[in-house]
Amino acid sequence: MAWFRRNRDSKRPKGPPSLRRSFVTPEGVDLQIELGGAGVRAAAFMLDALAMLILLIIATIVIALLLVASKETAFGILWLIGFFVLRNGWFTLFEMGGRGATPGKRIMGLRVVARDGARLTGGAVITRNAMREIEVFLPLSFLAAQTAQGLADSFLTIFALCWSGIFLFFPLFNRDRLRIGDVLAGTWVVRTVRGELGSDLAISVARERRVFSEAALSLYGVYELQTLEEVLRSGREDAIATVAATIRRKAGIADDADDRGFLSDYYAALCVRLERGLMVGRRRADKFA
Amino acid sequence: MATALAPAQPMLVNASRFRAAHAAEWERLERLVSRIEKRSIRALNDDDLLALPLLYRSALSSLSVARETSLDRSLVVYLEQLCTRAYFQLYGVPTSALSQLGRFFVHSWPAAMQALWRETLVASLLTVAAAIVGYVLVRGDPSWFFGIVGDGMAQGRDPSASVETLRQTLYGKHSDMLATFAAYLFTHNAQIAIFAFALGFAFAVPTVLLIVYNGLMLGAFMAVFVPKGLGYNFTGWIMIHGTTELFAIIIAGAAGFRIGTAIAFPGRQARSDSAVQAGRTGATAMGGAVVMLAVAGLLEGIGRQTVLDDLSRYGIGLTMLGAWLLYFYLPRSRNGVVPA
Repeated sequence: MAWFRRNRDSKRPKGPPSLRRSFVTPEGVDLQIELGGAGVRAAAFMLDALAMLILLIIATIVIALLLVASKETAFGILWLIGFFVLRNGWFTLFEMGGRGATPGKRIMGLRVVARDGARLTGGAVITRNAMREIEVFLPLSFLAAQTAQGLADSFLTIFALCWSGIFLFFPLFNRDRLRIGDVLAGTWVVRTVRGELGSDLAISVARERRVFSEAALSLYGVYELQTLEEVLRSGREDAIATVAATIRRKAGIADDADDRGFLSDYYAALCVRLERGLMVGRRRADKFA
Repeated sequence: MATALAPAQPMLVNASRFRAAHAAEWERLERLVSRIEKRSIRALNDDDLLALPLLYRSALSSLSVARETSLDRSLVVYLEQLCTRAYFQLYGVPTSALSQLGRFFVHSWPAAMQALWRETLVASLLTVAAAIVGYVLVRGDPSWFFGIVGDGMAQGRDPSASVETLRQTLYGKHSDMLATFAAYLFTHNAQIAIFAFALGFAFAVPTVLLIVYNGLMLGAFMAVFVPKGLGYNFTGWIMIHGTTELFAIIIAGAAGFRIGTAIAFPGRQARSDSAVQAGRTGATAMGGAVVMLAVAGLLEGIGRQTVLDDLSRYGIGLTMLGAWLLYFYLPRSRNGVVPA
């Protein structure tokens, strides 16, 4: 059905590239997951880096004090192994846990999942985080080395920065915001949103509802209905007043000084009408349809 | 035009009826999922655990129905989010750490090593060839030694050193910092192994350089010790841990080769699929190499300082090599193996 898909795609309005991706469960339902954007991902990484740095500083001070106090070389070993585990294990161990997210990712509402929807395996997590070595730590060590030597070899510095910049900004150059680690591991980072169920706007009310003429109800389609839903849920008085005035003007209805009541009645009536259309297979997408 | 008024009616739209019928199920599912997200799957009792998949499926079917029959966007968005959260808890969660670790050692690691045999062979041959080149270069012109091995690494073990000094480095004891030294060696080498793997992404070129350099150093050191009649002793000194350590570095290099070649030459697969497969196989082998390096660190830091007899050193080194080879390449049944 390739022709059908192309046809449908061409109808879709050209907006900014969306981060919503179709994601079909084994039960055959498309969940329409939302990917984490570059900004959120960067923020999550910063939080993790900060946490690692603080942990490293505190642990170093504590171990140094213990080392001075006891003269026990075991603390030196502890630091060496601890540093290694922190550098390589922070991301890997947290993401291998049940939550699939480091503390930074959890705070920003992100989660690592396999692109094919399967279980996230240890191999995938190790891959995506081993690649951080060339994405983050390599540029960092280049910078550190150059600062240590002064700016003696600025050409090498520029080259090194370009090289590491390719890896660092790789997520910006592809549609799915994949890091190199994600490409190799077959994972992507999705947003985990926890929404509340909004109240029912067309719920039965213990008062009489306004009745609208056929002409007034045939003005709008689903898109306008859902925009109206947003306006009503946002509860902003100025927006409600503007929308109510517009609808009244178009439908030729007199102002009765109850904007919110008018809009919720109009919403319910329009919803009923459009749903009836839906039942017989007529989905009116927007007012132009 | 004045608006007429109609008497209040219950349940105007589908969404209202639908919400009234199923809201309790959705709420229960949300409570369960939130509990798992906050704590773990163990926070659920048996009843909840049995109800979870049923609730998930009914929420999914609610979502499908809501998409087709309801225009209440808040309802559809809520169900999408709820189903996604439940999906990840039901399908996306890794198995427990302990069983993952068990499977790694029993299945995944040897399987990855067997899949990487070609790359491992190439990396070994590269190391040997580079060692020979390093040996020949330094034998021909000792000044090459300083070009290959840095001063920090050599620590006085250069071509101008006397036999006594060299012998001292092979059998001398630095017992004060044994364990610290072992820990340092382990972290240093493991970091290099991870690098060798990650750099494979650049079409394996940096990984080849790393492997070649490693071989060159080996050859250069051989060229220092062999002419002084210490070749046999040096081989024992390096063998006790080297069979494990060099093998691990070779494996990490092989994992890097696999990534690089999979991206450059994906064959019949799509480039991205080939990259994913190579990445996961390579990472498993690389994780194993880090484990081997931990063993090598212990052998080098403690074993080598305490075992001073050449024959025992050879024995330990060869035994380790044999054990690794058997573990990796011994044919075994593949029944029930899930790819990593």
